[in-house]
Amino acid sequence: MAEDSPATAPLNKVSDAAISAQGLSKKFGKVTALNNLDLAVSPGTIMALLGPNGAGKTTFVRILTTLLSPDAGQAWVLGYNVVRDAAKVRTLIGLAGQYPAVDENLTGRENLEMVGRLYHLPGQEARRRANELLEGFDLAGAANRRAKVYSGGMRRRLDLAASLVAKPPVLFLDEPTAGLDPRSRLGLWEIIEKLVKEGTTVLLTTQYLEEADRLAGHIAVLDNGSIIEQGTAEYLKKCCGGDVLIQVRLADRSQTELVSQILGTLGDGKIRTTPETGEVSLPVVGGTSILAEVVRRLDASGVVLADIALRQPTLDDVFLSLTGHTVESSAQSSAKAKDAEVSKRKPRRGL
Amino acid sequence: MMDAKASLPAYRFVWNFSDTIVIAWRNVLRFIRLPQLLVFSTIQPVMLLLLFNYVFGGAIGTGGLKYIQYLLPGFLVQIVVFGSSQTSVGLAEDLSRGMIDRFRSLPMARAAVLAGRTLADTLRYTFLVLLMIGVGYAIGFRFHNGVAPAIAAAALAVLFGFAFTWLSAFIGMSVKDVETAQVAGFVWIFPIVFASSMFVPIATMPGWLQAFAKINPVTVTTDTVRALALGGGIIDPLWKSLAWIGGLLLVFLPLAVRRYRRIP
Repeated sequence: MAEDSPATAPLNKVSDAAISAQGLSKKFGKVTALNNLDLAVSPGTIMALLGPNGAGKTTFVRILTTLLSPDAGQAWVLGYNVVRDAAKVRTLIGLAGQYPAVDENLTGRENLEMVGRLYHLPGQEARRRANELLEGFDLAGAANRRAKVYSGGMRRRLDLAASLVAKPPVLFLDEPTAGLDPRSRLGLWEIIEKLVKEGTTVLLTTQYLEEADRLAGHIAVLDNGSIIEQGTAEYLKKCCGGDVLIQVRLADRSQTELVSQILGTLGDGKIRTTPETGEVSLPVVGGTSILAEVVRRLDASGVVLADIALRQPTLDDVFLSLTGHTVESSAQSSAKAKDAEVSKRKPRRGL
Repeated sequence: MMDAKASLPAYRFVWNFSDTIVIAWRNVLRFIRLPQLLVFSTIQPVMLLLLFNYVFGGAIGTGGLKYIQYLLPGFLVQIVVFGSSQTSVGLAEDLSRGMIDRFRSLPMARAAVLAGRTLADTLRYTFLVLLMIGVGYAIGFRFHNGVAPAIAAAALAVLFGFAFTWLSAFIGMSVKDVETAQVAGFVWIFPIVFASSMFVPIATMPGWLQAFAKINPVTVTTDTVRALALGGGIIDPLWKSLAWIGGLLLVFLPLAVRRYRRIP
């Protein structure tokens, strides 16, 4: 394995990137959480780690935030090794974990002041910074109420505020908007975008394709502990077989297989059928001329359409073409398992 | 700004201390603001003391001594042992809610999370011990051996609790959830509290149980507190009691700290 000393490590990559990982591997018993993972995030940018539950996202974040040691490989934050220079790394990072880590028995202000004191800010400075963050995160009105009575969105904002107390140059957000209503999610997105504009490097994990698309300049798709593809949202969409999808919805849902055979030779990528809704999607390059041909063929075969449309591919389509399964299909089953786990209030020691 | 100074031992010492105080403050607040925790950790033992004294007291022979005189010193010891089970519950809760992750990702002193909690718990024991002495006085208990030994008796009970807190902290970080932490306490607390000289003289127990009761840390500490409060032979129970306290700390303090550093 790469047991390089800092001098022989590929310095360019390590020192140029704000966050970098090389050959990172981690196993829990027989379960492989990370498998030889390489990643680099440029300073001042935002990278989304996209993948379903169990893909290894949280394990990656826990290693980069010094909470967990890798079995093999190395990782750096601003050039500091997360294992050897763990104490230094902790002064450079902010972490907002998968569940908001706020003390329910303390008020919002007390939570932030506590974190400030633990960063060794002087008392007055900790108070000033707490007020500043409460203001900026729309929590000033609830500052003196205990976090116990906060809504999910308020807890998330308080948690994010806590991770920003020391103005860290590098921020790790593990599924920052999981379980939030659309309005709270939008609010959090705006905060994150503002942070990046101010120069913070952000690595966020998400299962939400929309979130990665909206926030991240660069997306890495994670599956089974490895990065299977990465690039801009545009690049990822194009690499799945076309820049546009022709989507038809059938009047008779049982005909999806038949339609996929009829259209099989037309597209530029793999046809996707959803029998439950009677939908068939065909990736194509430069769609309109093919659209006419699709209609002609289906009409000749006597297939009745309920709807036909051209649409932009989503990252869900990307994930499907890369992994053979959708994000939702694996995310839903593990989301159920997660709910069951939360209801039992088990500690979060998952992958 | 902070990092250059971080490596200086003097700064590190000050930070260890100030981080510990911050965490202790947070845990004391939690204790004060959770009404049910306050109720159960105060009303329940008061009720138990009254029940034991008035229900069983008359039936238990203590060699001419008024039962409350016999009971209260041991009660101070059992209350801190029961109280220490809260340490594991609190830590298990912090673990499950991600608080421990947050603390571990901060550039704070590594030992402060545990030190702060055990400090807060020790303050709690002090409060409980003083409360029990007050209730005891209201129902007829009196110190008979002077002020300094009375203070020493209370201090020994609190110190005993401090030792058990580290055992409890280790359990709290080893179990998987809050519920397990709650029931795990009873597995070890009930035998050592009841099979001791706390409620009844151990001479009344069957021989095999006496063997356990004699070496039980609760027995030797109860005997010491009793001797400090009422007078009597103190050397033998005192050194045994201090040996237990030292032993518990020597084993469970490093185990708990090690566990904290290597949380999976």
